[in-house]
Formats: sequence, structure tokens, C-alpha cells
Amino acid sequence: MSKFLKFTLVTGFALSATATAIWAGEYGLGRPALPEEIAAWDVKVMPDGRGLPEGSGDVWTGDEVFGEHCAVCHGDFAEGIGNWPKLAGGADTLDRDDPLKTVGSYWPHLSTVFDYVNRSMPFGNAQSLTPDEVYAIVAYILYSNNLVDDDFELSHENFMDVELPNAGGFIVDDRAVTEYAIWHGEPCMENCKEKVEITMHATVLDVTPDEGGAAEEASAPDPVEVAEAAPEPAAEPEVAPAAEVAAIDPALIAAGEKVFKKCSACHQVGEGATNRVGPVLNGVMGRAAGAVEGFKYSDALQTMATDGLVWTDETLTAFLANPRGFMKGTKMSFAGLKKDEDLAAISAYLSSFSQ
Amino acid sequence: MSGTFKGKPTSRRAFLRGGVAAAAGAVAAGAAKSATPDPLITEVQDWATSLGDGVDATPYGLPIEYESDVVRRNVPWLTADPISSINFTPIHALDGTITPQGCAFERHHSGAIDLKKEDYRLMINGLVDTPLVFTYEDLERFPRENHVYFCECAANTGMEWAGAQLNGAQFTHGMIHNMEYTGVPLRTLLEEAGLDAAGDLKDKWVYVEGADASSNGRSIPMAKALGDCLVAFKANGEALRKEHGYPVRLVVPGWEGNMWVKWLRRIEVTDAAVESREETSKYTDTLEDGTSRKWTWVMDAKSVITSPSPQSPIKHGTGPLVITGLAWSGHGAITRVDVSKDGGKTWETARLAKPGEAKALTRFYLDTTWNGEEMLLQSRAMDETGYIQPTKAQLREVRGLNSVYHNNCIQTWWVRPNGEAENVEVS
Repeated sequence: MSKFLKFTLVTGFALSATATAIWAGEYGLGRPALPEEIAAWDVKVMPDGRGLPEGSGDVWTGDEVFGEHCAVCHGDFAEGIGNWPKLAGGADTLDRDDPLKTVGSYWPHLSTVFDYVNRSMPFGNAQSLTPDEVYAIVAYILYSNNLVDDDFELSHENFMDVELPNAGGFIVDDRAVTEYAIWHGEPCMENCKEKVEITMHATVLDVTPDEGGAAEEASAPDPVEVAEAAPEPAAEPEVAPAAEVAAIDPALIAAGEKVFKKCSACHQVGEGATNRVGPVLNGVMGRAAGAVEGFKYSDALQTMATDGLVWTDETLTAFLANPRGFMKGTKMSFAGLKKDEDLAAISAYLSSFSQ
Repeated sequence: MSGTFKGKPTSRRAFLRGGVAAAAGAVAAGAAKSATPDPLITEVQDWATSLGDGVDATPYGLPIEYESDVVRRNVPWLTADPISSINFTPIHALDGTITPQGCAFERHHSGAIDLKKEDYRLMINGLVDTPLVFTYEDLERFPRENHVYFCECAANTGMEWAGAQLNGAQFTHGMIHNMEYTGVPLRTLLEEAGLDAAGDLKDKWVYVEGADASSNGRSIPMAKALGDCLVAFKANGEALRKEHGYPVRLVVPGWEGNMWVKWLRRIEVTDAAVESREETSKYTDTLEDGTSRKWTWVMDAKSVITSPSPQSPIKHGTGPLVITGLAWSGHGAITRVDVSKDGGKTWETARLAKPGEAKALTRFYLDTTWNGEEMLLQSRAMDETGYIQPTKAQLREVRGLNSVYHNNCIQTWWVRPNGEAENVEVS
């Protein structure tokens, strides 16, 4: 860069910096963050309680809110369903084989529970809870761990009075002393052991997943032939549903597939789909509401189903445009799709899974 | 992730049988001189006659279909849901040190999100002179650097604490990748916001969090934040992949992957650790007496033989054999790797493909001759601090079986006379 160019660049930057920037930054890049912006993003809660919003919630409210938003994964009693985290139990198991680590048995700070529920939960609908709801959920988790009575109410005022059982159970990384000092120096190169015996085989446990592509190769003697005969990857799944419902615009279905990403944290659709936080959506279009076997619907949905609600292009669109407006008390904590084209697309996409 | 495994699936043995059977044929063919001319040479092949693809056949190329088994793989029984899960880099099938982005392991807490550069904002707030907001374009205007670093999940090899569990280097050691990052030093951004307000920096922290629904947050001591951390937007020369945090992720060299926050949206200077979920209930290491270590950030020196290994058996019969693997250390450069063929009785020093680079993968080779004997293959890494990779027994002696994280033990592959290899534990 020539000296002249450098000069003009620096000057230009200095001018714009004086015009807009008041910070001492060397480069004058970025802009000051506004207080509203900081408030919107900085929701962390520190172990000493700094950052807690004003509010409160009791165990019984927590029972309800937990049942509505959390129990589908964590169980009605915070005991955890399947591989989803167990939030209660496990007291005095930390020094045993396979300790059960829960809020009650392991977590050191209650602030972490509030912070995490508030910022990351419910799974698939994060940051949708009010502070009072979060206080209530945290109160319920404490209750599930037998740490408070059923008349307990948690608030920003008494929050720091609660001490979790394992608060003192942590030490700061001490590997430098307990390990690095030992595993050091000149390593042994010869006659390092008298004998070596195999004490355990991974194949005995047999928990390694199948490898798909590699396994296909296995069944055929000639690798080259197999590779040529192997089905084309991808492509296929996209073609299949479109072919089934040739009447619907494939482009609209494709657009709907994108929109469905908003739904996919809670709902599955297509081959092998199962109920998750929300019910499986295969064949939803044209079906009576509340009809998926094994899914626990909200009272609100069950009532409307009894009254004869059927999912059609019209009803589904109305529901998805404004879930809580259409169905007060729905368990589906989703704000709704604002754009008409998104609604049309999702409707087309779901119609493509007619089953 | 816990030490118990209710898991089910399997069935790669068919592959191994098939592969090794084919290998036996190859051995014979290789050993004897060809009696008949090779038709691949004597007959004109299709590809030598007709035309191949034009230049625009694949505007962005993927590996040829014959490599379609070199892919990330998941262990479904490990987690409740693939949206909040991890998969594994196919290290058994790669060579060199740079991991292609397309097969580099992924770890998400609330799924990989779509975040456009235009919609990207990075905030710096807390104990800074002026809280700032940067756009993606702003980041590209700061002086930037290039560095190669490994990123290893603290849970890599975590399933092996209680014993030999998963049969393949991809599954035992594949929560790792190694890329060349382009980005702006975190220090530059912190200084742009000004650190006078923070006062004495010694006891200050930098809390970083992501823009996805998990909003994964970790606390990093100020010294590390001002050290080698990088706010990265390119990897291996191109934009980060969505699954690795596009458009911007944090790079925390040598430290556990969970701290490499993806979709980085906020950096806050604090006077204490936030003690978020991922630094209390997870990523803490429980010892035998029930107390747990916290803030175990550094990934200690570790190595693994990637081939031969269970997914990469010896198929060529006896004779020249290349034993190869990877070594790395979060404390600095790898200085030496030793390989044992007899389960740790005797060791020989392997050849490093290049001198070790700090906090990056190092490739090692042992160019040897195999006479078809059974082998118990192990590798042992040493780094510039003089640290020697421990055995599993040594680790267990200090930590017990419940640590979950930071298992950097010496790995053993049992190679049988037919060339198959299995994950085993030895005395």
C-alpha cells in the first residue's frame, strides 16, 4: 500500500471515528451496544444471584408448568424419560459405580438451574418462559429432589437461601499436581512389563453401531461391482413424497420442507417418524385432531377433538398462524408462522406425507 | 453420557469377514508373480476411451462415490436425540492432519442453525469501557491470523473408561478434528472495547455464548482469552460449515471442544465464572471419592493408531506394513510418539510426518514389516512439556472410573494373524 493511500485511509477512518465513535478502540469498528440490546441478550445469572429477574413461583404452579413444558422429556416427576436427563434423585451416589447426577445430587449452584431453564429450555422452544414460570419450574425441581416442602415458593428474594447438597463437591483442576508430575520423564522402551494379557474385548459388549456403507460392501465379494451397484445416495427421499402427491406444487413442498425446520425440534414426519415433544405428523392432513396413538395431548386439544376438530388445510393454517389464539391452552409452545407463503408451504409439505 | 451402556446394535463383523477374505485373495495375487496378463492393463478400459465429466458437473465437489463410507457416524444409543448429540470423524480412513470440514465431527446442543452473515451480530459487554456490537463485515476488517488447531470434545474416548467398548478408532477417538482457522484474535476485539473498566485482569473472566437455542455458554479465564483464542470465520480456507458454527465460532486452542462456542454471539467480561450448566453439571470430572474436578479445560497429550484398526484391518497380507496414527496435546507440540506391537512390553519410536505443531494434530508413521504375527498395537505420545501419555490403569488409579471426560489413555488394538483388529484392554 502506498504511503498516500495509507494516509487517506487512516484519515478517513479517524474522521468517521470522531463522528460516531466515543470508544478508544484502535480500529473504530463496530458500534456501541444499546442498553436494550444488552438487556435482551445478557440474561446470565451468576452463582451469587446477580442477574436474577424479579419474580416468584411456587411448587404447585411448578408442577403444572413442568407438566406442560418439561415432563414430555423429563417425566412428570423429573425422573427422566429414556435417555433424556433425569433431574431428580441420585442422592449419595457420586462415589459409587455409575453415579446418578441430577440437580439434587450433583449441581453445585441453583443459579445454574435458573440460568439454564431460562435460556435453553424448553427444548425446541427456548426463551419462551416468563420469569415466574422459570421460578416455578426451579421450585418444582427442588421439590422433586426432596429439598423443599410442597408449600415452598421460590423468588428472587429467597433464592440465595437455597443451598444445593453438592455445593461443596467440586475442586479446581489439580492435574498439574496429581498427574503431570507423575507421567513425566524418560519413558520405558524395553522389558516394560513381564507379561501382557487381554483383559477385555470390545466385541464381547457388541455395542458398536453398524456402519451402513461399509457393511454393504461386505456382503459382496467384488468391491468394484458393489460400488457401481450401490444406490445413489440422497436424492431419493426428496423425490418419493413429491411423486405420491403429484397434484401439489413440488416447489411449494420443497419450500415447506424448509419451513418445517422450525417444527422439527418437536415433530417428526416421514418414514420412521415417531412421537417426540410433539406428535408424529404423517397423515395429519384430513385426520381427526388428537388421533396419534401414544401421544399425550393437552386438555385443550382433546376438548376440541371431542368437538369434532379435523385437521384440514383451513384449520391447520389457522392453528399454525396463531396456535394460542386458535387453541387456548395448547401444549404447543410455538409463536406461529407469520407469512402466508410459509403457511401455504407447510400445508403442502405436510399434505405430501399422506400415508 | 454415562459409563453405562444399555446399547444394542452391531454387525460390522460381516464386513470384516468379507474384507479379510478378499484380502486373502489379494495376498496370493500379490505374493506370486502374475501368471496371466492383467486385463486392466491389456484391455482398453471404458474410461480410456470415452469422455469424463465436464468442468461444471459438480460446482462444489464431493468425494467420489467409492469413498462414500468415509463419513461421520453417530452412536445412537449415546444420546436421547440427534438434535442434541455428537457424531464421530472417520479418522480411521483419513491421512495427513487436516480434517475435511465435511466429515469433521459435529456436536450440537439444540441443532445446527441457519444464521446468515447479514443477520449475524457479535456483542461485547460487561466490564469493558464501551460495550460494542460488531457485524460480520466488521470482523473481516480487523487484522486476521491463520492457525491450525485440533478441536477435541472432552468426552472423546469417554465411553472407554469402564473397559473396551466401541470397536473402531472412529468411535473411540473420533470426537476430534483439526483445521486451519482464519479469524481475529479475541484479544483484538476485547481491546477494541477497552479493558480499563475491568481493572486488574488477573481475576477476570470472559464469558462466551452462542446464538442457537441452547445458547451454550462457557467462562474462560482472561489470560487465555488474551492469549491464543481466535474468533474464527473460515476453516481450511472456506467459510465454516453450518454444523461448525457458521458464520463465526470461537477457537480455544488446546482446550476442550465445548468451549469453542459456535454461532458466537456474545462475549462478556465478568469478575467471576458464570458456572453455567456446561461447566458444572457437565464437563466436570467425578473422582472415585465422589468429589469432582471442575475447570479441567486443557486436553492432555494423547495419540491413537488409526490404521491398522478395527475399521481398517490389514488386507494386503504379510510384508511391508505402514502403521500410522495421530497425536496431539493441548499443552503444546508433540515431540515424540512411540509404538508398541506387544501391548507395551517394548516400544520403538515412530517417525513424525512433520515436526509437531503446538495444539495441532501430528501424523506419525511406523514403516515396518509384518510377518502375520498377532500384534497388540499401542501408541504413546509425548509433548514439549515432557508429559507422557498414560495407560488406562494409570488414569484409573488417580481418577477411578466415573470421570467420563478427559480419557487420554493409551489405546490397544489386537491385530490377529488374519489382519482383523479389535479394540481390547490389556493387563
